[in-house]
Amino acid sequence: MDQSATSGQKTAGPGLALPSNLVKIIGVISSLSLTFIGLTAITFVIGRVMPADPVLAIVGDRASQEVYQQVFLQLGLDKPIYVQYFRYLGQLAEGDLGTSIMTAQPVAEDIKRFFPATLELATIATLLGIFIGIPMGVMAAVHQGRWLDHIVRVIGLIGYSAPIFWLGMVALLIFYAKLDWVAGPGRLDVFYDGIVEPVTGVLLIDAALSRDWEIFHNALSHLILPASILGTFALAYIARMTRSFMLDQLSQEYILTARVKGIPEWKVIWNHAFRNVLVQLITIIGLTYASLLEGSVLTETVFSWPGIGQYITSSLFNNDMNAVLGGTIVVGVCFVGINMLSDLLYRLVDPRIS
Amino acid sequence: MATEQTLRGWLLAEIPQSKGQARCQRIFIGWLAFKRNPVAVIGLLIIVGLVAVAALAPWITSSDGLEPHLANRLVAPGEKYWFGSDGLGRDIFDRIIWGSRITLYIVALVSIIVVPIGLLIGTVAGYIGGWVDTILMRLTDIFLAFPRLILAMALVAALGPGLENAVLAIALTTWSPFARIARAEALTIRNSEFILAAQVQGVSTVGILVRHVTPLCLSSVIVRLTLDMAGIILTAAGLGFLGLGAQPPTPEWGAMISLGRQFLIDQWWVPTVPGIAILVVSLGFNLLGDGLRDVFDPKSGG
Repeated sequence: MDQSATSGQKTAGPGLALPSNLVKIIGVISSLSLTFIGLTAITFVIGRVMPADPVLAIVGDRASQEVYQQVFLQLGLDKPIYVQYFRYLGQLAEGDLGTSIMTAQPVAEDIKRFFPATLELATIATLLGIFIGIPMGVMAAVHQGRWLDHIVRVIGLIGYSAPIFWLGMVALLIFYAKLDWVAGPGRLDVFYDGIVEPVTGVLLIDAALSRDWEIFHNALSHLILPASILGTFALAYIARMTRSFMLDQLSQEYILTARVKGIPEWKVIWNHAFRNVLVQLITIIGLTYASLLEGSVLTETVFSWPGIGQYITSSLFNNDMNAVLGGTIVVGVCFVGINMLSDLLYRLVDPRIS
Repeated sequence: MATEQTLRGWLLAEIPQSKGQARCQRIFIGWLAFKRNPVAVIGLLIIVGLVAVAALAPWITSSDGLEPHLANRLVAPGEKYWFGSDGLGRDIFDRIIWGSRITLYIVALVSIIVVPIGLLIGTVAGYIGGWVDTILMRLTDIFLAFPRLILAMALVAALGPGLENAVLAIALTTWSPFARIARAEALTIRNSEFILAAQVQGVSTVGILVRHVTPLCLSSVIVRLTLDMAGIILTAAGLGFLGLGAQPPTPEWGAMISLGRQFLIDQWWVPTVPGIAILVVSLGFNLLGDGLRDVFDPKSGG
């Protein structure tokens, strides 16, 4: 009932709702596929067109003429460029990302092994951002201009301005080397390595599944620092956006009405204003999650976290282009997919967007 | 005092007498609004300081920060070396100072590439409209949707590590928001009467775009650019840290952190000091950007 001010159009008729939702979904899907075509076109150009000789990039300069010819034909380099691109798309559709030179395994298999570590890190970081950032943002908006608001602003500024890899190193120096509160780089102490059966690849879940609480505890101790560092950015962004959304709502007339009616202030804030902010926050959280999947590259390097970022970086230095581009595509697809999904969710949930 | 009064009067006159006066007035009134925001002034001071330090580098430093002095390895911060010395005995203070030139170089180069491309695509799309708009904006959206750092990494992998390639990679992943902004501005300007007047006078489309549409897009673009500077600096430092940007012995701050990593536990100053430099500079750009946004566009201030 308190939302009646904003959701008035919703009552336009349930009969109309479905087709318009369908139109929204079709719109999102078409822009999604266009973006994927763009993404693959770019990775194609980076991998096949930009290197002076893509065959040499794969076989190395000491390969015999026969091997060179074989790879040349294998890559379809004798065919026109658009045929090559469609072949490339076909391979991608089958989940074929080529073979890694470094590990001599299919890139897709490698990524399956490395991805859960990144997922674990980014998920915990986003959760930290949500559970600390949202209350902080709400409180900052409620106490606008007071010390709490200033603290949120300063944290936000630092989150935006500090190089994340540097922040990670300083945190390692303080909390690991000096205070010894948490475990160091890596996902587990070497001692515990390989004990837990990998089921999901997410160590916390695997350890919990096999009821090995010692390992669970160790994994958590390794995870907490990189997740907090990565979470700083999430927290800064979520808190800042929550604050500005809340300020928008709190200045609306329905809030004044609620206050005049004598509804307790905490109810006005959380039940009335915050509920209307939730929809906008979905998009922000989606954006944050997607950018953390990508942003974890630097954090992973600092904390020797065996995730996809480290996979891409180490492949890069071994000139393993298949692995680099495979990783780029997987991260890119997740990034684009999550963004579009949160956009779609936003459009479906919020009746004001047409 | 008297001249200052008249200058002030000239700058605040109700009816400007010339184009030049009107232009100066706009800048002055913007400055008055900007000055009231102490945080933004701090940001401006940081950036002015950065430029000054970069310009005065030969006089501030005692070495070029490249020559190793192995006898003075890993000296703690103190009298001789204010910020300590690194693993090759080079003065970290000197390297930070010289590094400010590289930071400015990166920022300037990215801006020079990104702003014209964004303006061109955005104004053409917004002013001409129709299918041109659709195609250009689809292209922009595709680039907007990409993960920035990963794409930059893949590009550098193909082009080879190095400062110029890192700049190119960052530029390629940064131009799209500028096209969006320029298009939005062009859309609102397109149907103005002065544009109509120019059309009637027979000014060519290119002339209208260059002389009338683009100048009006500039303020939004500059605000966005200032706010993006921190992101550009952080991405460049990140690429440097990964070893994909500037190569040693170049005193690029990100690369300095990467080189200093091995000394983190026992000689903490080697990797931490360059990080503080990055933090201060990107903080400066963020504060300045916030302030500029409040001046140019008070509505969107948060």
